[in-house]
Amino acid sequence: MQQIINFIIRNKNFLLFLLLFSISILFTVQSHSYHKSKFINSANFLTGGIYNSANNISAYFSLKSQNKLLSEENKRLKSLLYNSKSIMKKEHLDSLNAPYHFSNAQVIRNSYSATDNIILINKGENDSIKQDFGVITTQGIVGIVDKTSGHFATVISILNTTSSISAQLKKTNHFGTLEWDAKNPAIVQLTDIPKIANVSVGDTIITSGRSSIFPKDIKIGLIENYKLDAAENYYEINVRLFNDMTNLEHVYIIENTKKPEVTNLLNE
Amino acid sequence: MNNFLSVNSARFIVLVLIQALLFNNINFLGYINPYPYILFVAFFPVKSNRTIIILASFLIGLITDMFLDSGGIHAAACVFIAYVRPVLLKFSFGTMYEHHHIKFSSVDFGSKLTYIIVLVILHHIILFSLEIFSLMKIILILKKTLFSSIFTILLSSIITIIFSRNPK
Repeated sequence: MQQIINFIIRNKNFLLFLLLFSISILFTVQSHSYHKSKFINSANFLTGGIYNSANNISAYFSLKSQNKLLSEENKRLKSLLYNSKSIMKKEHLDSLNAPYHFSNAQVIRNSYSATDNIILINKGENDSIKQDFGVITTQGIVGIVDKTSGHFATVISILNTTSSISAQLKKTNHFGTLEWDAKNPAIVQLTDIPKIANVSVGDTIITSGRSSIFPKDIKIGLIENYKLDAAENYYEINVRLFNDMTNLEHVYIIENTKKPEVTNLLNE
Repeated sequence: MNNFLSVNSARFIVLVLIQALLFNNINFLGYINPYPYILFVAFFPVKSNRTIIILASFLIGLITDMFLDSGGIHAAACVFIAYVRPVLLKFSFGTMYEHHHIKFSSVDFGSKLTYIIVLVILHHIILFSLEIFSLMKIILILKKTLFSSIFTILLSSIITIIFSRNPK
């Protein structure tokens, strides 16, 4: 017993190093698997608060371009609204019955240079934001909500190697998985599109609506180039995003109110 | 002791905040960011207890991880350089370290630079290996390590020159 205690005292620095190093490695491994990281995230009072106050200042610099984006979207929505007035029925305006519920938020920390990028937004549990809600902008998709605290939430960006989102071609219904190879923040990869599909450069890629996170028909990007994979059964397609992921400010969070029903049905 | 505590806590807070709010938003050429917060580990007083150095380095790494949402990669890299620090001190300062006379404000700049370079490269190799976490992408790991190291070494040297107390 004496010897064991002596050994521990003699090597206490090495043992401490080993302990702390393995704790860090544990956190790292957890952060590489989807939805597993538990303790270390920026959606807490301290880091969220600091980023929020820093963003209050830096938001002024992009005010003009963000205002322009928002007024562009207003213009588009207004033209949709007034041009379809005659054929629209009353019950379409009832938002309680709609399967998708939208709320807006602001990005207070964006990152795109790492391999697993996380975005921080200024809405949380108090605004009834929960895990697995989708996040989009006016131009395209951004990611999926991961961790939430009272006033903040982290979003797994599509520029994250653990993210995989169901997407499809607009002109046919062939669907595949949207992933990222960590090389270019403007280009993501669409895999598992079968060889039989008719793919050409410049085609539009949209969300498929199969995952019950995103509704169908949200625009993602255009096909930049494509090739067959090693087994020559599926296409590997490079998609240029409509969204500029390096310049995000106003985002929309989508809640699928029918999602519990879908998951219940699938689990039965 | 009191002075030691206040100086190092001030360094801790200032370096973490600057890292999170400024240096991590540089994104030079899309992905190159400097990590000069490791100056905290590098210039932690030599005479202090080794256990305290390792614990303090773990803490600064963990807080940085929290800000950057990066799991535990900064904590792992910081704990590692804190543990191997005595070897590096011996390598770059030689006999001065053996006799425990060393004070970072009084050593010449050449050996200080060697010390920073070795420390930064070790830190960045561990950081990016853990961040990318795949042997298939070893080229990407080496590329990121190389460019970020150059950036960090440059910035760290500049910060060291500006804040050294008795310039010769």
